[in-house]
Amino acid sequence: MSESPRVISAPTFWSTRRGQNLRANALTVIILTLGAVVIMVPFYWMLSTALKQPSDIYLLPPQWIPAPPRPSNFTEALTLVPFHRYAWNTAVVVALVLMGTLLSCSFSAYGFARLRAPGRDLIFLALLATLMLPATVTLVPTYIAFNKLGWINSFRPLIVPAFFGSPFFIFLLRQFYMTLPSELEESARIDGASSYRIWWSLILPLSKPVLATVAVFTFVATYNDFFGPLIYLTDDSKWTIAVALSYFQGSPRVGPQMHLLMAVTAVATLPSLLVFLLAQRYFVRGIVMSGIKG
Amino acid sequence: MSALKEPRVTVTHARAAPDRPWWRLSVSAREAIDCYVFMAPAILGLLLFWLGPMLASVLLSFTSYDMLGSPQWTGLENYRQLMGDELFWKSLRVSGIYSLVSVPLVLAVSLLLAVLLNQKIRGMYFFRSIYYLPTVMSGVAVAMLWRWMFNSEYGVINAFLSKIGIQGPQWLQTEQWALPALIVTSLWTIGGSILIWLAGLQGIPEELYESAEIDGAGRWRRFRHITIPMISHVTFFNLVLGIIGALQVFAEAFVLTGGGPNNSTLLLSLYLYRNAFQYLKMGYASAIAWVMFLIVLLLTLLVFRSAPFWVHYEQERRQTR
Repeated sequence: MSESPRVISAPTFWSTRRGQNLRANALTVIILTLGAVVIMVPFYWMLSTALKQPSDIYLLPPQWIPAPPRPSNFTEALTLVPFHRYAWNTAVVVALVLMGTLLSCSFSAYGFARLRAPGRDLIFLALLATLMLPATVTLVPTYIAFNKLGWINSFRPLIVPAFFGSPFFIFLLRQFYMTLPSELEESARIDGASSYRIWWSLILPLSKPVLATVAVFTFVATYNDFFGPLIYLTDDSKWTIAVALSYFQGSPRVGPQMHLLMAVTAVATLPSLLVFLLAQRYFVRGIVMSGIKG
Repeated sequence: MSALKEPRVTVTHARAAPDRPWWRLSVSAREAIDCYVFMAPAILGLLLFWLGPMLASVLLSFTSYDMLGSPQWTGLENYRQLMGDELFWKSLRVSGIYSLVSVPLVLAVSLLLAVLLNQKIRGMYFFRSIYYLPTVMSGVAVAMLWRWMFNSEYGVINAFLSKIGIQGPQWLQTEQWALPALIVTSLWTIGGSILIWLAGLQGIPEELYESAEIDGAGRWRRFRHITIPMISHVTFFNLVLGIIGALQVFAEAFVLTGGGPNNSTLLLSLYLYRNAFQYLKMGYASAIAWVMFLIVLLLTLLVFRSAPFWVHYEQERRQTR
């Protein structure tokens, strides 16, 4: 390993530090590639099934490459069920939940981070404590309350809570707001700006990257949410994609036809995958930012 | 904090001087009012969606309520019934086995992968994306996909097993293999925990490894004596999250097995769902929820209490230096 002249005699590939590192890196890449294959096989299997001829699905051994591929599976599957309806319902819920979460969380987080009031830290602690609670504890009374309000079979039970903040995102945003320099805020105050104005026209624009992170996580969580829509949306015209998907396997039109079922599943996973691929840097950036404070 | 706040108060004070007298007196009171207004959504959310329902849930668990009539106070009857409910004990066992196997397995595999993904090799970004990919899929889609993969005759898993000379079991149709199938599925979506490990690994100062290497510590010893202690707070975090998460798994089990065959995958969350939304036994379901909560609380406390023995925090390290 040392660079002293004595070693010059036999610096083989196996003994040098460079060689060792190369071998370790090669091993790393091999293991990671194997793992990546294991991760990707289900995706491939989904797409391959979705593109197969109906007669080729139950073949032994399984056919890996659809021959010839049948893209019409997708159009067939999406017209067999009112998919556009489910997509629209999902879009409405996701859009409103996003709006509610972003506004309420950043609004509350600013108070926790930048203003002082008696009891503030105690409230913040209580908020953090809810992160440890299994949501099942509050499930039954919340359902009963929404039922009493007549909100069952509407989107309200899914959307309204989003406007009352989410503990984790409030925490994330608060951490970020605490790192912002106070000079900007001070000069705005000298110019006579109120706290609300400062939040709206100074803090919000500054927090775009964190808000993007919150938005990405919220999108994925809301889009994928199954339990909420399952218990609150009873009428199938109100279903979101996730719930509709779960009913397809039992439905007489789609269920038994694996190629159609996988086509719908593939389409249903597309939005989340796209958001993830397009917004990866926000995932990373957000994690770095929340980590700064430690 | 206070160093950061003090100058601002005086500045506000200076601004407030020309205003009406009571403004001047109540600079901090005004700030407090603003602060409460800002915190209002969070406070209301806390009351309406956490504290209120929790209180109601305790009370409900002492009643019999089917959503039609009014709740009947039955005292401890629900809990007494739970003690003699065989299906409840079974679901407790199923959830227990699931968590006991799945949580450590996920933690170990995701740590291993995170360490590999943390190496400085070109193209690592690509691998990280791939490993995270399944995590953004919905539980329902994951379950649908794996249901088809686990298909005993035409599924890809048994096809692979038969290639290497193993006769694959009837995964989802047998009591023996349905729960293992669920656990395998949980392993596919470990991206979240990998991400948390990665964040922890990147917080370890490079110098520690360098000086250990100079001292002649090999890869394994560096991992054992630097990495493991230095990320123990992340282990703690992942462990607590893992326990809470494992006890709440729902969509995957609901779609993959629906609790069957013969209730061999009846997780506590599924049993709660059945009681609440199929049998409309709201009081009984609340009692189950509280038992679940107590278990989570107990486990979390256990992890917390054991933390001083194995979690090393940055500050301690600085003090002992």
